Amino acid sequence: MDFLSILLDILLSAAFWTAVLRIATPYVLGTLGELVCERAGVLNLGIEGIMTLGAMAGWMAVYQGADLWTGVLVAACCGALLGLLHAALTVPLGLSQHVTGIGVTLLGTSLSYFVYRLVLPQASTPPTVEPFQPLALPGALAQTPLTYLAFLLVAVVAYVLYRTPVGLAVRMVGENPAAAEAQGLNVTAIRIGAVVAGSALMALAGAFLTLSAFNAFFFNMVNGRGWICIALVVFASWRPGKAMLGALLFAVFDALQLRLQQASGGVLPYQLFLMMPYLLSILALVLVARRASYPRALMIPYRKGER
Amino acid sequence: MRLEPRTDTPLALRLLAPVGAVVAALALCALLVAWTGAPVLRAYGLLFEGAVGSRFALTETLTRATPLILTGLAAAVAFRAKLWNIGAEGQLYMGALAAVVVGGGMLDLPAWALIPVVMIAGMAAGGVTLLGPAVLKVRFGVDEVVTTLLLNFVVLLLVSLLLEGALKDPMGMGWPQSAPVVEAAELPKLVARTRLHAGLAIALGLSLLLWLVDTRTIWGYENRAVGANPRAAAFAGMPVTRVMLRTALLSGGLAGLAGAAEVCGLKGYLTLDLSPGFGYSGIVVAMLAQLHPIGVVGAALFIAGIFVGADAMSRAMPVPNYIADVLVAASLLCMLVAGLLARYRLRRG
Repeated sequence: MDFLSILLDILLSAAFWTAVLRIATPYVLGTLGELVCERAGVLNLGIEGIMTLGAMAGWMAVYQGADLWTGVLVAACCGALLGLLHAALTVPLGLSQHVTGIGVTLLGTSLSYFVYRLVLPQASTPPTVEPFQPLALPGALAQTPLTYLAFLLVAVVAYVLYRTPVGLAVRMVGENPAAAEAQGLNVTAIRIGAVVAGSALMALAGAFLTLSAFNAFFFNMVNGRGWICIALVVFASWRPGKAMLGALLFAVFDALQLRLQQASGGVLPYQLFLMMPYLLSILALVLVARRASYPRALMIPYRKGER
Repeated sequence: MRLEPRTDTPLALRLLAPVGAVVAALALCALLVAWTGAPVLRAYGLLFEGAVGSRFALTETLTRATPLILTGLAAAVAFRAKLWNIGAEGQLYMGALAAVVVGGGMLDLPAWALIPVVMIAGMAAGGVTLLGPAVLKVRFGVDEVVTTLLLNFVVLLLVSLLLEGALKDPMGMGWPQSAPVVEAAELPKLVARTRLHAGLAIALGLSLLLWLVDTRTIWGYENRAVGANPRAAAFAGMPVTRVMLRTALLSGGLAGLAGAAEVCGLKGYLTLDLSPGFGYSGIVVAMLAQLHPIGVVGAALFIAGIFVGADAMSRAMPVPNYIADVLVAASLLCMLVAGLLARYRLRRG
């Protein structure tokens, strides 16, 4: 079989597209979360740690006997708390968003591992829970509820951002906080709110990993997905619809490389395939960087009455 | 309440800020230790003892501090020029890779010649790794935070690929590890029968040298000016792009040197667990030191002590050794606030 017919076989199978939607889900949720933060003017490099904490906390809640949706809620609340920490340091205090974000990531990750080890001191094989089961909707590929939720949230976030006063306020504090304040808006409160909400979304991406895609928590389980979400936000020019398309494109590529890797029968080292998502993200950044229209107040702290 | 910039920060306050931050971090993490059920003071006592309580503990802490000084310097010089290099981890592995290639028997040189060649090769490999993102930043405006972070993953996969392929040790019983470096490339031990090696002397010498360059030369002046305000520096006729690229080479080089020194001084060969996150801890070291090259030494010793001490503590008590990572992260966040309080005054109204 030649390469093209292998490719065609893959692209025409329903299993492939089911996998694409599954792989895309954490990217969709994480990218949406980061997008909401950045639209309000706050870069959130805490994403990797927030996703890890979401993955651990959601799983731990279910392992301790909570039902799956409670686990999801616990994850979202933990993410919101870490988001609140990031917001408290960067918005009213105006600390460097880069360094604070790295600190939040280190804290979220190490805290997750600490708590996991404390509760399960000597678990050599990670214990499992019963995860979300795929649910067939008419006319759709069977997915777990969190995937449906993720794609629904794209529409919700887009609607809120572009069609509601809250969304207008969020976009305004990200573009021109001084003007927003002149309109009587509370810049600090809106930014904090956006970061907390965005961080809750990131934690959902983590919870999807442990409660839907897998059924256990592993160390390094987020494995750079958060950083790729940050690249995807730039790639999407800060638009929810494009973010979803970017995540899907990314997932198509990821699912494709897995299958091509199997088809190549080990001729090429698997590490080459695994490098692709990261190199692709860098390439995407280079391609769009020039015409990227950053929210103009991104990474610029705002203090009342200061210019 | 509002913040008001201080016109000048007293030296005492600058020195007190890191101490206050560390105390605050220890106090916060005491809650976690208490949650495990272990007595807090005894736990911290064991941590301290495990870090500096014996000859063995002390040399282990110094050994652990060596790569942290270098990655801390790497972060400090880059952050000073507002080049957000988050990729020290990858640059460290590139340096280590260069060290096992160049030091693996390719050159037949005596130790006094081979060691410098291997170290310089490690620096070059690390420097070039950061040059890519730096060029993308100055040429195309690509944010270097994400590119350097993503490159960490690419480098680790590259190392993994080479360790299972071209660089795999035929005598390694199938483990993914490289062949050891030749004896002439090994860094001498500083204290007999311990793991402490000459890398520490190199790291200490470099922090002194960087401090001198920073305060006494035009280079250092340009770096600081570009970091403070690139547009003003450009207007004053400084070669901003060149300063950026120079900083990238230096920062990546320091991280690469950390990797080469770990290979030649400690492990002898390259594996995928050469660094337990030295690149990321280097960021914390640099921030605790307020980006000061001499301060980096103190901060690195502190962080190394936490890691070594926490290992000893977790062997004696049911406190997971991840408490060290939590302490380090908490120290970073507390230091950010402490630094702010040193620069600004809190005013009512």
